[in-house]
Amino acid sequence: MYKTFEHLLPLLLKQNKNNEIYLIIEPGYLLFVLTFLKKHYNFRFNLLSYIAGVDLMNSSYRFCVVYDLLSVKYNFRIKVKVFLSEITSIVSSVSVFINANWWEREIWDMFGIYFEEHPDLRRILTDYGFEGYPLRKDFPLSGYLELFYNEQKKQIVVESLELTQDFRFFNFEVPW
Amino acid sequence: MLLKKKDFFFNLQNFTINFGPQHPAAHGVLRLILELDGEIIVRADPHIGLLHRGTEKLIEYKNYLQALPYFDRLDYVSMMSQEHTYSLAVEKLIGLKIPRRAQIIRVLFCEITRILNHLLAVGCHAMDVGAMTPFLWSFEEREKLMEFYERVSGARMHSSYIRPGGVSLDLPIGLLDDIYIFTRQFGYRLDEIEEMLTNNRIWKERLVNIGVISSEHSIDWGFSGVMLRGSGLPWDLRKSTPYEIYSELNFNIPVGVNGDCYDRYLIRIEEMRQSLLIITQCLNLISSGPIKTINSEFVSPSRFDLKNSMESVIQHFKFFTENIVVPFGETYCSTEAPKGEFGVYLISNNTEKPYRCKIKAPGFGHLQALNAMSMGHMIADVVTIIGTQDIVFGEIDR
Repeated sequence: MYKTFEHLLPLLLKQNKNNEIYLIIEPGYLLFVLTFLKKHYNFRFNLLSYIAGVDLMNSSYRFCVVYDLLSVKYNFRIKVKVFLSEITSIVSSVSVFINANWWEREIWDMFGIYFEEHPDLRRILTDYGFEGYPLRKDFPLSGYLELFYNEQKKQIVVESLELTQDFRFFNFEVPW
Repeated sequence: MLLKKKDFFFNLQNFTINFGPQHPAAHGVLRLILELDGEIIVRADPHIGLLHRGTEKLIEYKNYLQALPYFDRLDYVSMMSQEHTYSLAVEKLIGLKIPRRAQIIRVLFCEITRILNHLLAVGCHAMDVGAMTPFLWSFEEREKLMEFYERVSGARMHSSYIRPGGVSLDLPIGLLDDIYIFTRQFGYRLDEIEEMLTNNRIWKERLVNIGVISSEHSIDWGFSGVMLRGSGLPWDLRKSTPYEIYSELNFNIPVGVNGDCYDRYLIRIEEMRQSLLIITQCLNLISSGPIKTINSEFVSPSRFDLKNSMESVIQHFKFFTENIVVPFGETYCSTEAPKGEFGVYLISNNTEKPYRCKIKAPGFGHLQALNAMSMGHMIADVVTIIGTQDIVFGEIDR
């Protein structure tokens, strides 16, 4: 049944890693592919499990968005991958899967990937008024701001981060 | 006084209230903006992220062993199930096979965790709705279960016991006997809780036909676990994609009919009974043997080896400083955590640190349906729906 993928869908590549199938497609075909996989009688991938963003820092495409679809009927899982550059946006899949809403908000919040036609694209996990995209590889682990209670002002103040010790990142690229 | 026509028309506005983030029924730090028409919910907008700790980012800066304890702290009432998922993902990337005793211990403790979680879910749900007693009784049982956690790993909650390659320590002598004693009496405790709740008129009035979600809608919203089964779908990853020794075990999956909060409560109770059955089977199946994989590159050496061979000392030092190097690969590994499908999407890049670790938390998917589930209900029912979704903010905010 799954051999027919190549003929029916505009795939760039089909990968099989650890018995998991990854379909790599052009961003323009995303909604078509998702709708096809959701509605086609032989596939019925009608449950969107999650959407993951990945920052591929040093490759030709900056970001990768992975849609994990589950077919409850056939007990099968498939992943649809889309590669994006830093400045391109991607079309929102809320019209196909309503639960894509929060997952896309999360990716927008964490990676800054813009989803076109998303009904409610606000930040979700970070603080109100947060700036920057924390899960990008060039965002430092310690962040830029620190927040603490000021006894004189009797309120919480936000200041730029000052570390008494530099952040240490142990890298074992040259083991003994 | 002459009344004019315009005096009969009032400009009515919906009332917007802020529910939480510090509210005992919000199960942590949920901030809900509720738009009310009288007492009826028009719109519920959850604001989450108040417990966001950046777990996924932190994991990218830790090696595979150091990343493990973060999984305890995600959903802090079902700790070991999440370690288990992560360990399975790492093992899948390396291609490790783990010994049978370790598998049985894992299943044993995953089911203990399931009882631990459901006791809290049912107990707190009952307390939110107004019944205090089941909460106290369930916490007494939770205390016993956390004692098992403590005896096996040294920590009552954040155990980091299930590790890639097996489990960290062997079971202490006498633990299995005590688990057996627990299983003998726990059924009666469940009966007592059920006696208080199942046919209780107040409990039924608050739960039956509240938060109804049909099976199609539950799929549309991407539900998993009890939320999906409550709507009548017999979907359980322990049955559909069996991992560890679940394919050998004999247990049933309770499925709801109406998809309301009451069905989900009944399913949680029945799942605890099924978990008890699984624990009993594990106690019968368990045999002596190694608890870690024999591939010594991926696990820490035993104390005996450490005292007898220099190579083991070197391996021990390397293991706890550099840890394991996982080859290039990516995988998604999911297990049936008590709250639903908990998954880890792990990308490795041939170093000792994960390149990306995406955590698929079941609660995140459930909470976004809160608006759809609570629309048209009373404000008091929002509390019931939050309770039935079994929200824990550690996993939602990550």
